[in-house]
Amino acid sequence: MSRPFLEVKDLNVRFETDDGIVQAVTDSSFSLEAGKTLGIVGESGSGKSVTSLALLGLHRTRSNAKVTGEIWLDEQELVSASDADVRGLRGGKMSMIFQDPLSAMHPYFTVGSQIVEAYRVHHPGVNKKVARERAIDMLARVGIPQPARRFNDYAHQFSGGMRQRAMIAMALVNDPKLLIADEPTTALDVTVQAQILDLIRDLQAEFGSAVIMITHDLGVVAELADEVLVMYGGKVIEKGPTIDLFQRPQHPYTWGLLGSMPRLDREVRDRLIPVKGSPPSLINLPSGCAFHPRCPYAGRNGDRSFTEVPVLTGGVHSVACHMPPEERNRLFQEDIAPNL
Amino acid sequence: MSENLLEVTGLQKHFPITKGLFKRQVGAVRAVDGIDLTVQAGETLGLVGESGCGKSTAGRLFTRILEPTGGKIVFEGQDISHRNMAQLRPLRRDVQMIFQDPYSSLNPRHTIGTIISAPLQIQNIPTPQGLKKAVQELLELVGLNPEHYNRYPHEFSGGQRQRIGIARALALRPKLIIADEPVSALDVSIQAQVVNLLEDLQSEFDLTYVFIAHDLSVVRHISDRVAVMYLGKVMEIANRDDLYKNPRHPYTVALMSAVPVPDPVRRDRAQRNRVLLTGDVPSPINPPSGCRFRTRCWKAQDICATEEPPLVTRLDDPASHLTACHFPVVDDEAVTGRTPAAAPA
Repeated sequence: MSRPFLEVKDLNVRFETDDGIVQAVTDSSFSLEAGKTLGIVGESGSGKSVTSLALLGLHRTRSNAKVTGEIWLDEQELVSASDADVRGLRGGKMSMIFQDPLSAMHPYFTVGSQIVEAYRVHHPGVNKKVARERAIDMLARVGIPQPARRFNDYAHQFSGGMRQRAMIAMALVNDPKLLIADEPTTALDVTVQAQILDLIRDLQAEFGSAVIMITHDLGVVAELADEVLVMYGGKVIEKGPTIDLFQRPQHPYTWGLLGSMPRLDREVRDRLIPVKGSPPSLINLPSGCAFHPRCPYAGRNGDRSFTEVPVLTGGVHSVACHMPPEERNRLFQEDIAPNL
Repeated sequence: MSENLLEVTGLQKHFPITKGLFKRQVGAVRAVDGIDLTVQAGETLGLVGESGCGKSTAGRLFTRILEPTGGKIVFEGQDISHRNMAQLRPLRRDVQMIFQDPYSSLNPRHTIGTIISAPLQIQNIPTPQGLKKAVQELLELVGLNPEHYNRYPHEFSGGQRQRIGIARALALRPKLIIADEPVSALDVSIQAQVVNLLEDLQSEFDLTYVFIAHDLSVVRHISDRVAVMYLGKVMEIANRDDLYKNPRHPYTVALMSAVPVPDPVRRDRAQRNRVLLTGDVPSPINPPSGCRFRTRCWKAQDICATEEPPLVTRLDDPASHLTACHFPVVDDEAVTGRTPAAAPA
């Protein structure tokens, strides 16, 4: 049996800091097939961005970061691979779209020259003229008007939406097989967000890439993802096919996220149902289930919630929660679903 | 019309663009360019729009942090448009503001006790039980531990800091609170806590809110009436349910259809019914003639370029529903697909 296109096994990322060890990602495992989209949802500090940076090997340059586990991309293991090998893949077979295109692009070089550089690094034999044509072609593909003229502009001369388009052009210039988008639309207005999501969807259909979409917005995930991971305190606490996860969410934290969101597609509710408390510190994670201080049901499971870390169980749609599945289903049907 | 707490007519704020040694004015950013609004006592008016539409500038004009270039701001029957600092001081008791960024709106060198008591001290408000007690009551009111009186802002999370900002705004028991994107910087689970807190405080203290945000779903949840802004103008204003059920302005329709729906089953339908606006918002330095939205509008005709549509009741809408559009969207009108490429401005 061959491996899935991307397989992550027991990924751990920790940072040593003066305040203690930050356990940013703990035992995270997931996989993704080519042409599919995986959504990773979580709040700030849930480990979603750190996971994506680990995939690209971007923690390697940081001496205080420690990454363990396995990352298999197209039958090649990346955690143990050499820096040169990972560099060969980064920007080529796998690439990334960052949240803030203004800080992700170099202010001193034109947008075009940065795309050309990305292309020529992975195509050493190509001369400047061909690379330039390729870059202009990419700018046109992502919907930038007058690409040949905009090629010579600097990042600050682009509007927010255009800048994000240029970033996407840069990320796609080498036909990546894996595209990681880290909050690509968070800094954008809704109408521009709709344009960018539409663009990512079209380009994915065209290029057949696997996409990892990292976001805090459940709406974006519902629009784009085939499968969803919910992260909390550096751990994957629920994962499943998108439709299943939205219709039968299993983890009380996922319920909390859904209950916190006012929705345009439903009647107005009198009250939102927030999750009490605030997200945990990754230096000093709560014992047992990291969610227990905020979980309204933690007491129901005896001491287990406070002492024992729940593992992800249950087939395609799996969840890390101590509550017995029958009770969880009953609670969801009776208490949660009617209020969503 | 006596119950109008705040009345704004023809309000304008133009920021000059200067050039050269002598700061010659070469143009102006027309951030707010003629808006008419009323805010009634006890209601929440939502102000939505994309970045650069002038909603924050409008909020700063209402609180008179900024002085308008033109137009009038009347608060409780008194014209406050051009009052100077000293004349504004009594107004500050009645009108307070909550800011977007809980990290930059609190002085990092002051304890939260100092921060929250500042308005009381500046206004010489007597505190019979002592200043500390007054502050601790405020902390309790917004759901913070009163014992944290002596802590500094960096010791608090984003959500807690926003509560501190709310406590400070409440200290003077104002009548009107302008909340400028109060929950945008917060995580989803924390957003809901703060929204609920704002609602509780409103019913407890009879507060009136102007709630400025770009998130249409949060605005719908909290507001009684909603105004949609685009390029410094109000495009549409109506009671919440009227606006969200029967949006009339093409821009409102586009804005609403762009919000991603957290329901994967309806994904295809949502995408099919989406109006994709092409291009970007034009520059407020040189807004399009006539209707400002016409360059991105799929219904635009010749008249839109020459005549600016007034903000009036259209079709058979209730009198409270005003739309600035020559060709308002009728109920059940099919508005699908992409807008045509932007016409030259």
